[in-house]
Amino acid sequence: MASRGLLQRREARSAYLFIAPWIIGFVVFTAGPMVASLWLSFTDYSLVDPAHSVGTANYQQLLDDPRVAKSLANTFVYAALFVPLGTVVALALAMLLQKVGRASGFFRTVFYLPVMTPAVAAGAMFLLLLNGQRGLVNQVLGWFGINGPDWTTDPAWLKPSLAVVSLWTVGGSIIIYLAALNNVPRQLYEAALLDGAGPVRRFVSVTLPMISGALFFTIITHTIAAMQMFDQAYTMFYGPQQKATASDESLVYMVYLFQNAFEFFKMGFASAMAWLLFVIILVITVIQVRVGNRFVYYEGGSTR
Amino acid sequence: MTTDLRPVPPPTEPSLQPEAKVLERQSFSPAGSRRRVGPAMVLRWLLLLVFSLAFAYPLVWLVSASLKPKSQVFDNKLVPETVQWSNFLEVWNAGPVLRWLLNSGMVSLMAALAVTFSSAFVAFGFAYFRFRLRGPLFGLVLATMMLPGAVTMIPVYLIWHQVGLVDTQVPLWAGNLFGSAFYIFLMRQFFLGIPRELFEAARIDGCSHFGLFRRIALPLCRPALIIVFIFELQASWSDLLKPLIYLQTEEYFTMPRGLKQIVDGFALSGEYHWEIAMAATLVATLPMIIVFAFGQRYFMEGLATTAKQG
Repeated sequence: MASRGLLQRREARSAYLFIAPWIIGFVVFTAGPMVASLWLSFTDYSLVDPAHSVGTANYQQLLDDPRVAKSLANTFVYAALFVPLGTVVALALAMLLQKVGRASGFFRTVFYLPVMTPAVAAGAMFLLLLNGQRGLVNQVLGWFGINGPDWTTDPAWLKPSLAVVSLWTVGGSIIIYLAALNNVPRQLYEAALLDGAGPVRRFVSVTLPMISGALFFTIITHTIAAMQMFDQAYTMFYGPQQKATASDESLVYMVYLFQNAFEFFKMGFASAMAWLLFVIILVITVIQVRVGNRFVYYEGGSTR
Repeated sequence: MTTDLRPVPPPTEPSLQPEAKVLERQSFSPAGSRRRVGPAMVLRWLLLLVFSLAFAYPLVWLVSASLKPKSQVFDNKLVPETVQWSNFLEVWNAGPVLRWLLNSGMVSLMAALAVTFSSAFVAFGFAYFRFRLRGPLFGLVLATMMLPGAVTMIPVYLIWHQVGLVDTQVPLWAGNLFGSAFYIFLMRQFFLGIPRELFEAARIDGCSHFGLFRRIALPLCRPALIIVFIFELQASWSDLLKPLIYLQTEEYFTMPRGLKQIVDGFALSGEYHWEIAMAATLVATLPMIIVFAFGQRYFMEGLATTAKQG
């Protein structure tokens, strides 16, 4: 008995030794900074002067500063454009890929290549491709008689152009969906076919439920990522020489937060912005999980 | 977040019933082993080709644009009328590009190596051992995935500022030494797939706990290690936010940070030399294309695994 207890204690000691790096990292780079960030959000810290408590002034300013609401709205619009469109396009392409057998390897490579392009590079390329007068995108649209918009300068089209760049890098989801589709047991389709289900019915009643786990996962991660989008927007529309001309229509939340923290050095206010973002992401994710649990089919779960 | 995330057991293949076999022989096969060439198939191929063009063409276009003279960069022709190799020379003169490439290489290599081994180490702790706080602690690991980087961004910057490492590359990778939640989760799934008897046999032979990790877990999960390594390599190479925050001296820039400077200076202001910006863009992208050429299998496998965990 005694030796078993000793063994267990030794096991536990080893266990904590293994997870020690994460615990240290969690304390130093997550938990500690969270506390510090919360504290900073009640101060006027600016890196140069010591921090003074300002009470809830920063949170009051979140409400008063119109650019906070504007950047939040921009981010929502971008996410609402990209997440559904990205999901549908990726799923459609994955379903096409599933039906072409061996050739899918080639197409997978092609669809994934843009993901390897650094966000700055993708942003720079699309500034040219989406150019209103002479860009390739509008040239192609012109072949079909469509008069393309001024994607990169017309304030109304700045968020759609950000979404277009993101759509170009949707290859990861395509691969995830393809793997999920290939995991659907064939017998289910055969049973559905026996029951006289048409293609639409098979898609709705077999395919969608069986891949709902993968769909759910990508929708949640894409939403969280979209709410924090920075690299593309900053590359395309912000930078040292551009501040004056930049339209507020492309100001996404992370860009404004970054500017406040590291360009205006309003670190207290930026911290308050960060906490607002955290709460918003938390609320969105909780809603998505609630809704998702009603639809997602988990293998080995009680359904069936 | 749930704490019970054991790997899903492989779906048992129910034996095919005779009717089903007949059906399969007839024509229906969703995975596409036997295909008829009908209008639907033609349409499918057509759609796929159109979409692949949309995905691949911008990269081909990029190569072409990077070789054109200023007057032709907007003509959208696939083959440049005049090939102007000197664009790349201009990129060379626009900044210490070789330094930027080396910096990016170093940073992403360090970031990837650090996160791979620390995550595997921690994941083994959560996979092999049973200890009292395992459930709650692993739940905490998963919970940190939901925390936006913005919340910790400023205090973490202040830490590096305090220790005098701002404007060095250390902050770009050192945080990875402590494991990363998603990779810990992924590696743990792989470790849980190793039959426990293997570990028990090694224990009886006198293998230490670290030995189990080093001699059994790591070698058996080599593909998983490569997957984590290669994903982090790509993520770290691409990042713009951290280099923007931490790097001020031009010599220390990473390639994306340097590219942003070139785009700002040449394309978004000044003389509008888009061809030079495009040449720089190609220089920043090419290394990742090469990584993809060698590691494609692991990217695909990694994503397929993610699909199953979802």
